[in-house]
Amino acid sequence: MDLLAEKNLVHQTREARRAQTMPKLSPAERDALIKKYHPDHRTHAYRPIKFGPNAGEKTVAEVATLLEGDSPIPSNFTLHPEYHVDVLVVGGGGAGCAAALHAHAEGANVLLATKLRLGDSNSVMAQGGMQIAVAPDDSPVQHFLDTLKGGHMKNDHQLLKVMVEEGPSIGKWLLELGVLFDRNEDGNLHVKKGGGSSKARLVTCSDYTGLEIMRVLKDEVLNQQIPLLEFAAVVELLSDGKGACTGAVLKDLDNNRLIVVAAKTVILATGGIGRLHIQGFPTSNHFGATGDALVLAYRMGVPLVQIDTFQYHPSGGIFPEQLVGALVTEGIRSEGGHLVNAKGERFVNELDTRDVVSSSIIRECEEGRGVRTASGRVGVWLDTPLLDVEHGPGTLDKHFPAMVRQYERYQVDIRKDPVLIYPTLHYQNGGVKIDTNGETPAPNLFVAGEASGGLHGRNRLMGNSLLDLMVYGKRAGVNAAQRAKSQSQGPLTLSHVQAFRDEAKKHHGASGVVSPMVLPAYTRQV
Amino acid sequence: MKPHDIVEQNQAIQPQMVTVEIEGKRFQVPAGITLMKALWYTGQDVIRGAGCLGGFCGACATYYRTKDDPKVKTCLACSKAVEDGMSFSFMPAFPARKATYDLTQLTDPKQDLFELYPEAPLCRNCNACTEACPQSINVREGVWKAVFGDFKAVSEMFMDCVMCSMCNPVCIADISPNLVAVYASRAQGVHYTDKPEGLESRIQEIADGKFTHDWDRVLKLSDEDLQNTSASTS
Repeated sequence: MDLLAEKNLVHQTREARRAQTMPKLSPAERDALIKKYHPDHRTHAYRPIKFGPNAGEKTVAEVATLLEGDSPIPSNFTLHPEYHVDVLVVGGGGAGCAAALHAHAEGANVLLATKLRLGDSNSVMAQGGMQIAVAPDDSPVQHFLDTLKGGHMKNDHQLLKVMVEEGPSIGKWLLELGVLFDRNEDGNLHVKKGGGSSKARLVTCSDYTGLEIMRVLKDEVLNQQIPLLEFAAVVELLSDGKGACTGAVLKDLDNNRLIVVAAKTVILATGGIGRLHIQGFPTSNHFGATGDALVLAYRMGVPLVQIDTFQYHPSGGIFPEQLVGALVTEGIRSEGGHLVNAKGERFVNELDTRDVVSSSIIRECEEGRGVRTASGRVGVWLDTPLLDVEHGPGTLDKHFPAMVRQYERYQVDIRKDPVLIYPTLHYQNGGVKIDTNGETPAPNLFVAGEASGGLHGRNRLMGNSLLDLMVYGKRAGVNAAQRAKSQSQGPLTLSHVQAFRDEAKKHHGASGVVSPMVLPAYTRQV
Repeated sequence: MKPHDIVEQNQAIQPQMVTVEIEGKRFQVPAGITLMKALWYTGQDVIRGAGCLGGFCGACATYYRTKDDPKVKTCLACSKAVEDGMSFSFMPAFPARKATYDLTQLTDPKQDLFELYPEAPLCRNCNACTEACPQSINVREGVWKAVFGDFKAVSEMFMDCVMCSMCNPVCIADISPNLVAVYASRAQGVHYTDKPEGLESRIQEIADGKFTHDWDRVLKLSDEDLQNTSASTS
C-alpha cells in the first residue's frame, strides 16, 4: 500500500475508531509488553560500570563510558578562586532558576552559571503541563499513587510524598510571580488529564506551559540581579578532602578559560542525557543535555539511582525529516488523539503510561504494522484532525498553537492531516541520589531536577517533571542557602579527582574519554 | 512553494546538494536540512546560537534571504530548512535594556510601565517589529495594547513569544517589545487575575492535615496493595 492510501486510511477509519474503547492493560500485560519491546530491556545496549560508587551495576554503554571518563582538570591545577559565594547554582533551566531565586530570597550570595544562555533548557519546551492535585475530586495521595503505579512502584516514597504535597503551594508561588495558567470560568485552575493519571491534574498555559514558566523565572532572576555567568559550563567539582563539596571549576566556553568558584554549597541542576543519543535514538532534548551532573557527582563518590532506565517519549516526530526526534506533545493524546497503525487500527489505550505506549508503538513497527516514510523511518500515525472533529473546529488552534506552528513551518497542516511519530529519547528517569532537602550523600552538594533520581521510579508521568523542577529546585535552594549561613568556606582540593584516577588505574584506566561531555560533537570534520 | 506532503520523496535522503551562503560565505549542503544542521555540516562549531533545538528558546534567531528576493526575513535556525540560493546569518546578542522591578511592590502597573519603559509609548507605527517576528505575533499592536493598559490582550498575544529579541534591533524608537510584553503579562498575572480559590483551599487542607489519615494508611501498604488502592474520597 502506498503512503497516500495509508494516510487516507486514517481518515476513513476515524468514525469507526471514535466508537471504540481501548481497554487498559493489566499490570502483568504491561510488564510483559515493556519487557519485550521497551529499549530499557535491550540487554545488548547495557554493560556493568567498572568502578566508582555504582561499580558492577549495569547502565547503557553511553552513560557508563562517561562515568568512567577522565576529568579535564590536571591534578596539580592551581585552585585560585575568582568567585566566593554562598551558593553556586549550575544550570539555567527550571530547577536552576527556581533554586537560584529561593536561595537568593533566603539572603544567600548566589552565582548562577549555565553552559548556554539563561533558560536554554528542556524546561522551556515542556508543553504538556504540570501536575498539581488541585481539583476537588483529587488529592495529593491520589497523585502519589498514580505516580507510583506509573513508576512501577520503584519510586522513592519520601521524595515523592514531598513533591505531591508541595505541588499546590509551588503553584501558588508561580502565580504570585505572574505565571498565567489556564483557568476555568469560575477562576479556578483548569486541569487536563494526562497519561497514567486517574484524575485531571495537569495545570497548563495552552501548550506553552514550560515557555511561560521560564519567561517568568528568567525575568525574575534578572530582576533580582542574581549574578549570572552564561556560556560557562561546570567541568569539575571541588572538595574539602573529606568528602564535602566546596566549589567547582567552570569553563568559559567563549575563551576556554577555567574559572574556580569557591562555594559553601553547590546545586547541580544540569538536566538530563538526551544528547548522548542512547541506543542511537533521536532526542527531544536541548543542545546541552549531556548528563554532566551524573559524571561530576559520581566522581565525588555520590551513587546514582535507577541509572539504567530512560524515558522514550511515545511521540517524537519522524516526518518531515527536520522534525525527527522533536516532541509532539502528549497533550494531543490527552485530548483524545488516537494512535493508528498502518492497517488503520488503534493498538493501545493512548492514555496509558509513556513506557507502555512507547513499547506498543515499537511492537507495531517491529511486527510490520508501521508506516514507512520515504527516508526509511518507520512509525505510526497520531490522528490530530480527530481533535477538531471531537471537540469542534478550532480546537487545535486554540489548545495547540505551538504544535500547529511547529508543523506549519514545514507546510504540514495538522488540522487536515495526521502526523507520523515514533518514540524519542526524552528523559532520564533516574539520576543522582538525593534526600528530601535535595542534598546528595556528599555534604553541601545538592542536585535538583532531571539530574537527580529516585522520585520518578522507572517511568515518569507526564507533567511530573515541571513539578519536580519547581519543588526540588526550591528545596535545594532554600536548604543550600541555610546551610551556607551556618558554616564557613571549606578548603578547595581536587583530592576526590585524584582518588578517582587511582581507582581507574586499578581497573585498566579510564574509558578513554574526557568527561563531562558539555556539548555534543555534531560539527562535521571537514 | 508546494505543500510538503508525506508521500513526496523526502529531500533529505537524496544526495542532492544546495548552495547556501552562511555569514556571507558560500557552502554546499544537503537539501532539506535545517539551518542549524547546515552550520554543523559545514564544520562550524555552534555554541552561541544553539539552545533547545526545538523552536522554544529563541537562541537561534536568524536572518535569512531566499534566492533573488530582496526581503530579509527572520526565522529560528533549528526550525527552518535550507533552500538553494538562501543566505543567512545568526542575529548577534542585542544589548537591549531590561527594566528591573518588584511586581508585588507596584501600585499601578499600567501607569508604572511609563516609568520602567518610557520609550514604550514612542512607537512610530512602522510595523517593523511585527514583520520581524518569527512567531507571527502582531508585535506592534501588542506594544500599543500595553501602552493603553490592555495587559490581558498583551499576555494572550505574546503567549507564543520565545524571547528571540528579533523585534528589538528593528525598532526605531528603541523599544524592546518582548520585554514590555513580559512585564505586562506578569503584571496581568500578579495584579489583574483572580486568585484561584480551589488552589488556596487545597493548600489549607494540606496544612490542616486533612490527608494525614490517608497518608498513614497508604504508606503502610505493601507494593502489591498499593497497586490496587485509591485515595480516600472523604
